[in-house]
Amino acid sequence: MRFSRLTLTFGVVLGAASAHAALDTSPLSPTHPDWSFEGPFGMYDRAALQRGFQVYKEVCSACHSLNRVSFHALSSDNGGDGFFTDPQVKAIAAGYQVEAEPNDKGELFDEKGNRLKRPGIPADHFPPPFPNEQAARTANAGALPPDLSIITKARAGGSDYVYSIITGFGQKPPVGFTVLPNKYYNPYFSGWNISMPPPLSANQVTYSDGTKATVPQMAHDVVTFLSWAAEPTMEQRKSLGFGVMLFLIAFSGLLYVSYRRVWKDIH
Amino acid sequence: MAGQSTYVPKTGFTRWLDARLPILRFTNDTMMTFPTPRNLNFWYSFGGILTFMLGIQIVTGIVLAMHYVPNASMAFDSVENIMRDVNYGWLLRYMHSNGASFFFLAVYVHMFRGLYYGSYKAPREVLWILGVIIYVLMIATAFLGYVLPWGQMSFWAATVITNLFTSIDQILPHTGTAVTQWLWGGFAVGDPTLNRFFSLHYLLPFVIAGVVVLHIWALHVPGNNNPLGIDVKGPQDTVPFHPYYTVKDLFYLSLFVILFAIVVFYLPNALVEPDNYVPANPLVTPPEIVPEWYLLPFYAMLRSIPQKLIGVIVLFGALATLVFVPWLDTSKVRSMRFRPLAKQFFWALLLDCVLLGYLGAHRPDAVFPGTGIPMLPFARLGTAYYYAFFWVILPLLGLIETPRPVPATIATSVTGSGVEQVNAPAE
Repeated sequence: MRFSRLTLTFGVVLGAASAHAALDTSPLSPTHPDWSFEGPFGMYDRAALQRGFQVYKEVCSACHSLNRVSFHALSSDNGGDGFFTDPQVKAIAAGYQVEAEPNDKGELFDEKGNRLKRPGIPADHFPPPFPNEQAARTANAGALPPDLSIITKARAGGSDYVYSIITGFGQKPPVGFTVLPNKYYNPYFSGWNISMPPPLSANQVTYSDGTKATVPQMAHDVVTFLSWAAEPTMEQRKSLGFGVMLFLIAFSGLLYVSYRRVWKDIH
Repeated sequence: MAGQSTYVPKTGFTRWLDARLPILRFTNDTMMTFPTPRNLNFWYSFGGILTFMLGIQIVTGIVLAMHYVPNASMAFDSVENIMRDVNYGWLLRYMHSNGASFFFLAVYVHMFRGLYYGSYKAPREVLWILGVIIYVLMIATAFLGYVLPWGQMSFWAATVITNLFTSIDQILPHTGTAVTQWLWGGFAVGDPTLNRFFSLHYLLPFVIAGVVVLHIWALHVPGNNNPLGIDVKGPQDTVPFHPYYTVKDLFYLSLFVILFAIVVFYLPNALVEPDNYVPANPLVTPPEIVPEWYLLPFYAMLRSIPQKLIGVIVLFGALATLVFVPWLDTSKVRSMRFRPLAKQFFWALLLDCVLLGYLGAHRPDAVFPGTGIPMLPFARLGTAYYYAFFWVILPLLGLIETPRPVPATIATSVTGSGVEQVNAPAE
């Protein structure tokens, strides 16, 4: 009796251990596609940014906000770091409805109780898809789609990670792994159960430049756009950095010559 | 060592000023003609580098404070606003956040250099202790600054560190909790905490600057130590600070700034936890709460002790230990160049600190990747060695170690006519 209980306990512990081993759901290392913005001289691919913006606008923005990015950031005029001209940015902003300021009567809501809106201007930020967190969770089976403004800096693995998540769907889960209700299998996500449904399918958007809208293509474009959204001053940073490095190296050279000359008689 | 003033006012105005406020005389005596040992090597340039980094942090910090909003609901967005919409805001912020790392890198080189060459020994004990005070103030300032962006790591680091004070409850019931809530200004880390942390983060650098003045004053009384660890015997052992050390320090500073610029312009987020780009959320604890790299060794010590109060005592004791170093080292010889045993324990201490830093980045129950060997025993061993080095090894070595012969003067050693050729390159 005693022996059998021990065996039973042992068996349960072993079983738990093996079940645990099968459920080691630590995420896979992200894949690493080529990015135009890598390395000390890498800059954003303008065409990819425009295509990626289209993917964000037509697909991602249904659930994901971009709260910290303003429309004017999209402009490349007047030394801006964006990838559209000022008139284009005005048109893009006007295509969004943002929450209006109080009207002449001090009202924020119309007779039906709807929040008053107005067309966006370049100074506005991208309006969120949901008015608040609770509304976002209600619409997404309890999950909260994260804001994408700095997503590539807010996740270990950065752009590679975001790309891997977007393209990591559609694989067959390993035997013994249970995909939970309202979840999807994605081995690049910690725990493998992700609340986001596969966001992209082939030809979901129609690119005006004729690029074929495959899932990897759209994912690559939108992650380029999100990398820009997270670090819109990267190009300014790298080009200023190049000048600073040249100056510092030349300056150090001069200092070295001065140093040797001053110390000549001491050494 | 400070010697007689050699300043001679040359114009009518400078003579007039010298009789009223001898500031030009002071500048001349401390920065120009100040007699400095002629054999200071590369490692001695970090004092100047540290002064430069303090200046960088204060200047960038003052401008950042013009744009930053210390409010729990606006802090994170105000930092993003600095990064996106303030002219060169990204440069200011990346210089400031990475500047902290380079400030600590420089201070660690400076401290280990002081340890190696025995720069804490008589008559420089006060100089060393002032340095320890600056280091502790730097830690406090860096921690307060880490909280300000109000990301997940900011919030949870603030929670973990302030909660250390609740351990006082174990000896004085309720006192620790009361102290912690007093620090928070509430019942959890929140808006009042952020406000006071910002205020103190702005204050402390100026306190540091004040102690730096005392540190330099205390340096200028006995003068610099040097790699040989022997006293200056006369003018043949020294050169005037300017131009010899101004140009040498500037050259090495310039190399240091190149390293700094590489990180600021090309790897600005390499030292940042990605979680700190997620806004603070009191309801979501990050899987791993870690401080910045420069505090990881102490974090490893804290987490290697299962009992909270003792862990906290070990953490603060590790800092307090440094104060006693001048009296724990019983050796008659300053420089470890001439201390064959001490030298080996010194390098072991350096490795120990690097190991503790590595372990501090991992959970106490972690294992070395690919081996299954648990990290905890190593963290405990590392902590034990840190304490043993200062409290056991350093006092004992002075009694049992036979130092190698020390050259008679700096001048003979430098010109090679001395007993021993020790003008080795920087080690």
